[in-house]
Amino acid sequence: MIRDGFILAGILFALGTAGVLVRRNIIFMLMSIEVMLNAAGLAFIVAGARWSQPDGQILFLFILSMAAAEVSVGLALVLRFYHQYKLLDADAANKMRG
Amino acid sequence: MQVVFYISGAIAILATILMLTRLNAVHALLYLVVSLLAIAVVFYVLGAALAAALEVIIYAGAIMVLFIFVVMLLNLGETAANEERRLLNASMWVGPSILSAVLIAEFVYILSEESHANIPAPVGPKQVAAALYAPYLIGVELASMLLLAGIVGAYHLGFRKVRKGDS
Repeated sequence: MIRDGFILAGILFALGTAGVLVRRNIIFMLMSIEVMLNAAGLAFIVAGARWSQPDGQILFLFILSMAAAEVSVGLALVLRFYHQYKLLDADAANKMRG
Repeated sequence: MQVVFYISGAIAILATILMLTRLNAVHALLYLVVSLLAIAVVFYVLGAALAAALEVIIYAGAIMVLFIFVVMLLNLGETAANEERRLLNASMWVGPSILSAVLIAEFVYILSEESHANIPAPVGPKQVAAALYAPYLIGVELASMLLLAGIVGAYHLGFRKVRKGDS
């Protein structure tokens, strides 16, 4: 079950990576990043359960707070992006004003 | 209990795949919530009860509500009304409902099944809290600083008005 838990975390992380690469909608890219962070947390939990130590859950808590901060900043950026370009396509922002 | 683990893992993978292939952001969010709930069940089976509760409360509760707020803020106008009309169709929410129903059935099965054979020894919230506030205290402080930075950053980014002719 421990091994299968790691396999599950790997599959979820790969799916999140594929989502970031395939989708061009910024909301979907953010959601895929959430899936990847969650898979990393799952790997920590499985490792903590393997040795029955609380450290895995503590690292999961840190990932959780990091995901909350990341999502708040990311969604604020999405709102700014939408006000600027009137659409959510990430390819719309491929030009910089340098 | 092992059966519960495998079914939950399958639901998590299936819901994530369905999330990635949706066209409507709200449908994708529904599938993402189902995926997070399935992973919470996996946490519980692995003996991490505190992490399972926090996954449901913070991930599936707070963070997903934030996403839904933003999606609702962005989809204004007539297209949103058309979307809403289409959302009332029963075929739109039957997928998340079926997956969630399987999770509820598993939950009932866990509570009714008392045998805890062949699963890791559970790590209770007391152990986690004792370790969190003794060796990992600096991490807690750093997490609070990170959250403060997140709040300030989100406020700063969300508050600034876009000037006319800026694009």
